[in-house]
Amino acid sequence: MAAIDWAIVAVYILFVLAIGVLAARRTKSGTDFFLAGRSLPAWVCGLAFISANLGATEVIGMGASGAKYGMATAHFYWIGAIPAMVFVGVLMMPFYYGSRARSAPEYLRLRFDEKTRGFNAISFALMTVLASGISMYALAKLIGVLHLLDAPLAGLGLSHAWAFHVAVLISALVVLVYIYAGGLKGAIYNEVLQFFLIVAGFAPLVWLGLRAVGGWHGLQASLTPDYLHAWAGMTDPHKNRLGVEWIGLSMGLGFVLSFGYWCTDFLIVQRAMAADNMDSARRTPLIAASLKMFFPFLLIVPGLVAMALTAAPTPAAPAGPGVSAAAHAASAAPLIPQKIDGATGRPAVDSNGQPLLDYDLATPSLLLRFFPAGLLGLGVTALLASFMSGMAGNVTAFNTVWTYDIYQAYIRREASDAHYLHVGRLATLVGVLLSVGAAYLANGFNNIMDLIQLIFAFVNAPVLATFLCGMFWKRATGHGAFSGLAAGTVAAALHHGLTLPDGDLPGIKGGWIGVLHAYPSEMAQNFWTAIFSFSTCFVVTVLVSFATLAPDEANLVGLVRSMTPRPADDSYVWWRRPAVLGGVVLVGAVILNVIFR
Amino acid sequence: MDFDIRIPIGLLFVCLGLLLGVYGLVGDPAIYRAHSLGVNVNLAWGLVLLLFGAANLALAVLLKPRP
Repeated sequence: MAAIDWAIVAVYILFVLAIGVLAARRTKSGTDFFLAGRSLPAWVCGLAFISANLGATEVIGMGASGAKYGMATAHFYWIGAIPAMVFVGVLMMPFYYGSRARSAPEYLRLRFDEKTRGFNAISFALMTVLASGISMYALAKLIGVLHLLDAPLAGLGLSHAWAFHVAVLISALVVLVYIYAGGLKGAIYNEVLQFFLIVAGFAPLVWLGLRAVGGWHGLQASLTPDYLHAWAGMTDPHKNRLGVEWIGLSMGLGFVLSFGYWCTDFLIVQRAMAADNMDSARRTPLIAASLKMFFPFLLIVPGLVAMALTAAPTPAAPAGPGVSAAAHAASAAPLIPQKIDGATGRPAVDSNGQPLLDYDLATPSLLLRFFPAGLLGLGVTALLASFMSGMAGNVTAFNTVWTYDIYQAYIRREASDAHYLHVGRLATLVGVLLSVGAAYLANGFNNIMDLIQLIFAFVNAPVLATFLCGMFWKRATGHGAFSGLAAGTVAAALHHGLTLPDGDLPGIKGGWIGVLHAYPSEMAQNFWTAIFSFSTCFVVTVLVSFATLAPDEANLVGLVRSMTPRPADDSYVWWRRPAVLGGVVLVGAVILNVIFR
Repeated sequence: MDFDIRIPIGLLFVCLGLLLGVYGLVGDPAIYRAHSLGVNVNLAWGLVLLLFGAANLALAVLLKPRP
């Protein structure tokens, strides 16, 4: 990295800290700190809604999956995120926002009972810390692998190994400062800034990458056709790159995992709950979805380009005056490097002797190849921004759930608002420290997205059934919800313990009880774990609800659809109504699916 | 909204645009042959960022709520 690159990174960090300080000036009460004073316009919340999800794991993981699976990765958006975001905006937000709950677990407390909230709060808090730790680990490892910190470290007389520690420390410290000071408002304002930076950092990469391979037609010429289609071969798991079939894909990813994440994960929902009124809260996910559906072009296409340049390395630069021989040789080498076996230190190969590629380096390698000094600083800043927005999302969700759903519920019930504000700030510090701990624990998966999906399958999949029953079925009871959640989580663990992806050894990948069934891919196993877990939670919730005393209907107003007056959205011009906006977004998603079938 | 987030965003992108653009004007053009297919991306993208930043500042001024 040249001086100009460091200058760009420094300017970014300065602005991020300044926004934290500006937001802190108006952060005086618990509502300010945990809910941004419920004062933000829909477009701010909508962009933060995207950013909070756009962590380093998403940015690197989508490029990695693009290189590994091809355009089928877009399913995470076009049948995954988009329909779920429309659903939460149109149908679920009236109850999240309308119930005046301060968190998603608190909704469960209002709708069901204390134990359901406790179960959800604790598993969710654990998940946020893990997710932000994994994100931090990904970023720190990347900075080490790209040798970005080597020169300044050498100047300090420190070895290359310090890059990981320094990267973890500095990035965690920046996030800590702006959330500690500005709370959710500091996080959300920064997420808006980070959203634009991520787009600004990756758009030139897509442009240069596509130009280098000769555009979409160039991709078609250098990659096998299965790379460029999302739906082709979905009837048979052995005929598509994901190794799943359409039922597992549409039910597992399209329904359970995506709805579980976008509709119940408080990290996401919290952004909409900070909106200034019900209308803004409902439009938040819809605004986010209308932009989100184009993200495959920003995040997945670099993976495709990297793969095309790996399959058929083309010299990006002619040797000539001003171009060093080393630079020329580097640009002619395959772009995605081979994975290094951690135990032997040698390049890794699969069971057929084929080289295993380190897909997580697809997007970063492309960045190093095509970005000259200057733009490289912007690209690294975009990576930093994505990491910080993802981590901030987890930390703000963690401090709210810890303070309101664990501390206030079980440790100190009656205390002043100032006391809880203080606890929230302390929880921010502890959350960041725990994330750092998790970053050091994270290791052992060849694709970060697989690990994230596994955690979601354990935590988010069963809870989706709980929220759906809670919001749309007034007969659902607290005992039903709690036993459903517990059974769903056990079902996820059992299913993971009894199945194994082809070619893996029993252990963290599954099969630790015994192998009853082998899936063609890890992704198929994750999708089906989610389906089993959701179904178990749903069935047990329904059965136990019928066996227990029905809840008092007077307590369900504002919490259950059939007991709540419809939000008066006909007071707006027709095109501003959530249902209309949602419909337009869905049509857009269908069109994209058809184009890239 | 207590302060308009478009102002810091606008200022940041103006700063980044100027940094990249000026570097594109005065820097060694050899780096573009080595990396970016011969295109001076620093100058081009710096201009885009500058315009985006300026647009944000303009919006913040034009849409300022009147007391």
